[in-house]
Amino acid sequence: MTDLVVRAEGLRKRFGKTQALDGVDLAMRRGTVLGVLGPNGAGKTTAVRVLATLLRPDEGYAEVAGIDVLKQPQRVRRRIGLTGQYASVDEDLTGTQNLVLIGQLLDMHSSDAKKRAAELLEWFDLSEAAGRPAKTYSGGMRRRLDLAASLVGRPEVIFLDEPTTGLDPAKREDMWGVVRTQVAQGSSVLLTTQYLEEADALADEIVVINKGRVIAFDTPDGLKRRVGGLTLRVRPADPARLPDALRVLDMVAAPGTNASADTAAGARGGAVSVPVTTDTALDEALPALRRAGVEVTELGLHLPSLDEVFHALTSEDAVPQTSKEAELV
Amino acid sequence: MTTLTINPTTTDLDIDRPRGGAFAALARHSVALARRSLIKTIRTPEALIDVTLQPVIFLLLFTFIFGGALAGGDRHVYLQFLLPGLLAQSLAMGGIALGQNLNADIEKGVFDRFRSLPVARIAPLAGAVAADIVRYLTVCVVMLGFGTIMGFRVETGFLPAVAAVALAIGFGLSFCWISVWVGMIVRTSGAVQGVMFLLIFPLSFGSPVFVQSDTLPGWLQAFVHVNPITPLVNTIRGLLIGGPVASPLWQTLAWMAGLLVVFVPLALRAYSRRA
Repeated sequence: MTDLVVRAEGLRKRFGKTQALDGVDLAMRRGTVLGVLGPNGAGKTTAVRVLATLLRPDEGYAEVAGIDVLKQPQRVRRRIGLTGQYASVDEDLTGTQNLVLIGQLLDMHSSDAKKRAAELLEWFDLSEAAGRPAKTYSGGMRRRLDLAASLVGRPEVIFLDEPTTGLDPAKREDMWGVVRTQVAQGSSVLLTTQYLEEADALADEIVVINKGRVIAFDTPDGLKRRVGGLTLRVRPADPARLPDALRVLDMVAAPGTNASADTAAGARGGAVSVPVTTDTALDEALPALRRAGVEVTELGLHLPSLDEVFHALTSEDAVPQTSKEAELV
Repeated sequence: MTTLTINPTTTDLDIDRPRGGAFAALARHSVALARRSLIKTIRTPEALIDVTLQPVIFLLLFTFIFGGALAGGDRHVYLQFLLPGLLAQSLAMGGIALGQNLNADIEKGVFDRFRSLPVARIAPLAGAVAADIVRYLTVCVVMLGFGTIMGFRVETGFLPAVAAVALAIGFGLSFCWISVWVGMIVRTSGAVQGVMFLLIFPLSFGSPVFVQSDTLPGWLQAFVHVNPITPLVNTIRGLLIGGPVASPLWQTLAWMAGLLVVFVPLALRAYSRRA
């Protein structure tokens, strides 16, 4: 049996009329990143709050680091770090005071707590702001401090609830780097996100949740295979050249698919797209388009959006469409 | 970029036991959290208005507006009577801000972090309450200091006065658990204030804070008799300007114990239920 660091079975939680969790099973292997993907209100935050001992489920079983979350929450708390959806740093305390307080509450000696705080502040590029109250911090700085706060105790399992929501792309990349570093040092990370791109970039496995239920559990590649994965999209400058563009795309399309037969493909609004297996398709497509003399105004690789993922996952049983949907505009 | 390493000395054997045992850990955590509250108090001195300016205003208001009418025209006599009572009322009101602050902390998610840490459930609340000692001490110092300027004189002695202050602070620390509990169950910090005023005004006016209770109608005297503020006012009055102390003191201590027995568990339960 593999070493599971988070395991949940049949979690149910109801708030009034809302069934926030409707029988959720989760499994995360030690030393990996589990992405919990879902739209707003899917139950992601509720699941994290149950696992992080903040909320008792109505039904179900959960263990973190091999410890029963419901029976021994204090032991679980010594092994986890939590960063919630909203930065929960104390605004009147300085960066250092925030982190030292967490260290003291984790039973670190004062000197160790101070050392650890300084170390984390430096790592998160907050050393200069360390002595300022957190209310003077920018949104990104608060997020970083919040994340640092969850790492004070060098937790075995880190829960990050939508850690990059509201961050600009550069800050998002920084956050991804932090997650990767933690995993490289032996932690396991469970993170919720609304972005397929983020789950794809970080997660070893992805759980897709919708309306309190798990609707898919797979590796990013497996998930992409199921929902269409990467697509290559081309918009010819001259709409009349669409058929030529289609022919080129068919050459680089993933095996077994082509622009004219795949459901996820087809032309929309003067552009055509096909499923592709790797980003090298882009390298092949560009010279081929040149040779065919097709000028393009758009050429790019796209991951399916979260909407498309849900559409694909919830309509898997539907009869696949086979007709080409190329509308020439 | 600095590299962070997993601490090799932390093993599963000692990680589960709080350093120095559960009680020492609770004390340490409460002190750390009390210090957090104190830092917040120092950073926002305007939050001290209710324990500085407000009691002074009450003192001026009642002495100069009602004092002449109430004590046969002798304001000094009324001030001697009023100040010990107002001290009791101010201590009861001093705890309102605590419930409001805790409510705001929970709304902001700061307490989620504390709840995800291995600290006793009561520590964040106990820490906040302990830090309130500073505010209650401020009330006492301001009232006695400003009262002295206005002409108030302690008629007993230094030690009884210190005892009065200690009792007032002790009562404040017990009474404030009502505010903590209300802070846990109502939705906004504004509502905490509303609910607490609704409770405290009848308690302080239906007591011997402002007038001798034998001037009141019988049914109101019955209320005064079972009001926890009454024995507190009588004890503080006895300790500051003379009079019987022993009997009201025991009643006050009984009330303090009763408040703690009822409202600490209620507050804790409401705190753990609040998601």
